[in-house]
Amino acid sequence: MPDWLSAEEWEAVRLSLAVAWRSVVLSLPLAVVTAWLLSRRRFLGRPLLDALAHLPLVVPPVAVGWGLLMLFGLRGPIGAPLQEWFGIRLVFTTEGAALATAVMTFPLIVRAVRLSLEGVDPGLEAAARSLGAGGFDRFLTITLPLIAPGILSGAILAFAAGLGGFGAVITFAANIPGETQTLPLAIYAATQTPGGEAAAARMAGISFGLAVAGLLLAEAVARHLHRLLGRT
Amino acid sequence: MLEVALRHDWPPPRGGEGFSLDIAFAAPTPGVTVLFGPSGCGKSTILAAVAGLLRPRAGRVALDGTVLTDTASGLLVPAERRRCGVVFQEARLFPHLSVESNLRYGARRAPREATGPGFGDVVALLGIGGLLRRRPAGLSGGERQRVALGRALLARPLLLLLDEPLASLDLPRRAEVLPLLERVRDTFRVPMLHVTHALEEVDRLADTLVLLQAGRVLASGTPEALTSRPDLPLLAGRRDAGAVLRCLVAGHDPGRGLSRLDFAGGSLLVPLRPEPAGTRLRLRLRARDVALATRPPEGLATHNVLPATVESIGPAPGSPHEVLLRLLVGPTPLLVRLTRDAVGTLGLAPGQGVWALVKSIAFDHGGPA
Repeated sequence: MPDWLSAEEWEAVRLSLAVAWRSVVLSLPLAVVTAWLLSRRRFLGRPLLDALAHLPLVVPPVAVGWGLLMLFGLRGPIGAPLQEWFGIRLVFTTEGAALATAVMTFPLIVRAVRLSLEGVDPGLEAAARSLGAGGFDRFLTITLPLIAPGILSGAILAFAAGLGGFGAVITFAANIPGETQTLPLAIYAATQTPGGEAAAARMAGISFGLAVAGLLLAEAVARHLHRLLGRT
Repeated sequence: MLEVALRHDWPPPRGGEGFSLDIAFAAPTPGVTVLFGPSGCGKSTILAAVAGLLRPRAGRVALDGTVLTDTASGLLVPAERRRCGVVFQEARLFPHLSVESNLRYGARRAPREATGPGFGDVVALLGIGGLLRRRPAGLSGGERQRVALGRALLARPLLLLLDEPLASLDLPRRAEVLPLLERVRDTFRVPMLHVTHALEEVDRLADTLVLLQAGRVLASGTPEALTSRPDLPLLAGRRDAGAVLRCLVAGHDPGRGLSRLDFAGGSLLVPLRPEPAGTRLRLRLRARDVALATRPPEGLATHNVLPATVESIGPAPGSPHEVLLRLLVGPTPLLVRLTRDAVGTLGLAPGQGVWALVKSIAFDHGGPA
C-alpha cells in the first residue's frame, strides 16, 4: 500500500469500487429488460415506465435516498419483511449503498442499451422468427449479442458514475467509515475536518482519474465490439 | 395447394389516400407462384401475411390442407412455427454470426422429423462452400442473397417465400442468382411464393402467375395463358410484351448452327441452343418481333414463317396508333403488335388466315422450364 494515502483513505477507494460493481450487477438485468420494453413493445403504461426509469436523473438524489429509506428502512414496507424473514438489513450497510447507487445509475444503462437496441434492425428479429426462433430464443441469439456493445459501455459508464454517488448514499446508507463511506463521502468528511484539505485533494484527484479512465474504457470497448460484430 | 385470401387496410396518411388490400388466389404445390405487379401493389404485404409476420384484418391462409391463418376462427399460427422460409430483399443475414452459423440457424430449429435438403447439397448447389468462415459484412450482394437462400432452405421449409430477392442486386449479380433459383426449384421441389416486378423472373420461374395492381388481383393463371391475353395492360402494355411459349428442344443441326424447338401447333428454328435434345424450354415471343403477311412470303432471311389464324384485333394498351393482334398457331396463342395503318392496308379481320414471321433473335428469355 503506497504511503501517500492513509489507511482510511484507501478504505474509501476500496469501498467505492465495491459499491460501484455491486450496483451495476444489481441494476443491469432490470435495465436491459426495461430498455427492451421501452424500445420494442407498445403497451399502455409505456410513457409512465419511461418517466419512472428516467426519474433518478432529475429528482434530487437526497430525495431518492429518502424514498429508499421509506421503502427499505427497518419499518418500511419492504425493509421490515427483509429484516424479519431473511435477516437482511440494507440501511447503513455497504449493500444499502450499492442499492442507492444502483437506483441512481439505472437510467444511464437504460439509455445506453436503448440506444443500441434502436440500432438493431427489427428485420433481423423477423428473419430469426421465420427460421423458427421463439421470443426468448430470438432475444438470446440475435438481439442480445447485437446490443452487447451498448450493454457493456452502459455498464462501464454506470460503474464510473457509481464510484461517486453521494446524495442518495449519504441519506440512505449514512456516512460510516469502512461500511458506507465511499470516496465522495470521504472527500466531504475531509473538507469538514480542520486540516483535511490535502486528503480531500488527493481523493478528489483519484475520483477524477477513475472517472476519466471509465469514460475512455467505455468508449474503447464499444468501438472494439462494434468492429467485432459488423465490419470484419 | 396454397390458398390465400386476405383483406387489410392502411389508414390514409395526412392529406393522402389510404390503401386497401383485398385479394384471393390459389396455386398448385409444389410449384412456383409468382406475385407480379408494380411496387406498392401490396405484394410484399401478402408475403408477410403468409409468413405470419403481419396479422391481416381478415383472411385465411392454408398450405396443403394445413390452415396457418384463419381470422374467422381466430387462428394465427405464429411465424416461428409456420415453417415458411423467407428470403428478404435485403438478405437480413445475422451480422454477428459466420456464414456457416447463419446457414445452420434455421436447421437447428427445424423439427426433428422434418426432411429437406442436406447442408452439403445446399452449399454445393449455391456455390457458397468457400464463404462458410466469412462474416456477412464481407460478402457481395449476390453472395449475401445466396447465403440467405441457403439459410431459408436449410430450415426445412414447407413453403419458401421470396420477397424480391433480386431487386437490390445489379444486373451481373442478378444473372448469378436467378439460375440458382431455377435449380433450387428443380432440385428440391419446395413450393415457392415469389414476389417480383421483373418480367424476366416471371418467364423463368413461374408455374402460376398472379397479377396484382393497387391491392387487387387482376388475373391469375399460367404464364402462357396470361401473357397471351391482350387485355391485361400490366403485361400487354409493356415494350417487351409477348406470349410465353413452352417448347421442347427437338433436335440440333450443328452444321447449319440451328436448333429446332417444337411447341404445340408448330416448331421454330433458333440459333444453336446449349441444351440437349429433349429439354423443356420456355421462351417469350415478343409482340413487336413478330410480323404478318397475308400471303406466303418468299426470299426472306427469316426462318420462322408460321401459318396462323387471326383470333382478335384490339387496341394496344398505352399506344394509340398501334393494335395488338392475338393469333392462333394450332392451339398456341401469339401476340403481334402492328400499326393501325398496317391492319387497314392488309385488310386484316378475325378468322383470317395469315403467316406470322418470327425473327429467330426474338428468343432472349431462355431457361429450362
